[in-house]
Amino acid sequence: MNIVVLVKQVPDSGAERTLSPADNTVERGSASNVINEMDEYAIEEALKIKEAHGGEVTVLTMGPERAAESIRKALSMGPDKAVHISDEALHGSCAVATSKVLAAALGTLNADLILCGAESTDGRVQVMPHMLAERLGVAALTGARKLTVDGGTLTVERQTEEGYEVVTASTPAVVSVWDTINEPRYPSFKGIMAAKKKPVQALTLADLGVPADEVGFAGATSAVLESSKRPPRSAGTKITDEGDGGVRLVEFLASEKFV
Amino acid sequence: MAEVLVVVEASAASGVKKVTLEMLTVARSLGSVSAVVFGSEDHSARLGEFGAEKIYAASGDDIDGYLVAPKATVLADLVRRVQPAAVLLGSTQEGKEIAGRLAVKLDNGLLTDAVEVAADGTATQVVFAGSAIVKSKVTRGLPIVTLRPNSVTPTPAAASPQVEQLSVTVSDVDKLARISERVAEQKGSRPELTEASIVVSGGRGVGNADNFKLVEETADLLGGAVGASRAAVDSGYYPHQYQVGQTGKTVSPQLYVALGISGAIQHRAGMQTSKTIVAVNKDPEAPIFELADFGVVGDLFKVVPQANEEIRKRK
Repeated sequence: MNIVVLVKQVPDSGAERTLSPADNTVERGSASNVINEMDEYAIEEALKIKEAHGGEVTVLTMGPERAAESIRKALSMGPDKAVHISDEALHGSCAVATSKVLAAALGTLNADLILCGAESTDGRVQVMPHMLAERLGVAALTGARKLTVDGGTLTVERQTEEGYEVVTASTPAVVSVWDTINEPRYPSFKGIMAAKKKPVQALTLADLGVPADEVGFAGATSAVLESSKRPPRSAGTKITDEGDGGVRLVEFLASEKFV
Repeated sequence: MAEVLVVVEASAASGVKKVTLEMLTVARSLGSVSAVVFGSEDHSARLGEFGAEKIYAASGDDIDGYLVAPKATVLADLVRRVQPAAVLLGSTQEGKEIAGRLAVKLDNGLLTDAVEVAADGTATQVVFAGSAIVKSKVTRGLPIVTLRPNSVTPTPAAASPQVEQLSVTVSDVDKLARISERVAEQKGSRPELTEASIVVSGGRGVGNADNFKLVEETADLLGGAVGASRAAVDSGYYPHQYQVGQTGKTVSPQLYVALGISGAIQHRAGMQTSKTIVAVNKDPEAPIFELADFGVVGDLFKVVPQANEEIRKRK
């Protein structure tokens, strides 16, 4: 099975994240950058499917030069190769334009299965799997907590508010996964060494045939007008329980009309 | 006045969801409100109470039997026909997915996770785990905006909606992701996590799955939903669908009660826009106390039973 895993480099959600004062885009220069956590689960799932059914795993990333670090990190887990779409004109791209670029690249990769995380920790928009499916004319099975591959049939179990659903589709398809689906492996020393030699194909917008004015700020379908830091919450009263902590807690709740 | 389409979120179990009422309230400031209902249940009375002048209803196996693609197709056809001033959807998994497909179909911008929508379509979004606020606008096409639950207070405004049945014409490409089974899980009478006015969450400090009964007891006494931190979920104390945080649900209730939760950034990402926060934790240095309006440093197995007893007394 030919599997492509979408991997996004994001600012570490454990560190302070900011928007660039110049153009309100996510600040990717100063923040420490990591693989979007949920994508590691997609990589793991791809490797498990390859181990069981054979095939090839390709990492696909759109992002600036420095995303190369995350691509090597992803490859050190075990995928065979990577494609890195990078072009200065992409800066400021909205989700709609991003999906256009990724779909163009996927069009050249001939994937049976496109795996990705259910959401990224920076935007948390969750729309990419369906946008890609819409453009590629394939199924999107989103939010998988379990994925079964049987020949060309994919079966996904997904959590819903009421319980869960079982959804099936034939390949090719896009499947997005939650972090409940597996436990991603740590790269081994051997994996890290091997990753250095794995092929990474660089693609530009010209390579993909996507006009530069359809992406980035030029082609954005939405704009951030202004951004500001939300004032941090200030700590209120902190008491130490001296046998009446529960009562005092309820007294506070009552004073706020919750009880 | 141009129509504003509101894509209704409802469930068989609990009827029209609160986020729908919030969307109807917001939509009234943008134009004449038309609700779009997918599925065969009749919600017209409730939608009318909150100002829906018109209801577009689409139902049948082509809608129910597949993931969101057929709904997006029906909605796109409707948008092309009625040329609305805006389309509002819930910032839920399904709402965002329909919005994403709609945006691609119409080559139109979209804004997700709005907490406020101004009359000119400008949306206010809270990003980066509640640490920044942005104001954004769709610059191509009409505003397609998803509204985060618990963002605005729903206010009634009676209307008598006319119902129009939509004919559902979808192609094979919309029917690629077939739902073969729906399994309902027992969830009792507690409110839904993202919509609840009060959320009581437990963390690693709760210690084991059995002890979560204490968290549930507090939630039930307050009429709230139960949540859990990632540490509690990863330890198997509570199911994943109740996880609050960066890789779980984002909640913004009136009151958030954190029991045995240290307040790692992963957790704060999902709850720090809550209006009032209270916390019980045995570690006085726990970061949750930096957010808490009222914090008790102490053993939750002593403090919480006493609090539960006190709430009972006051009822």
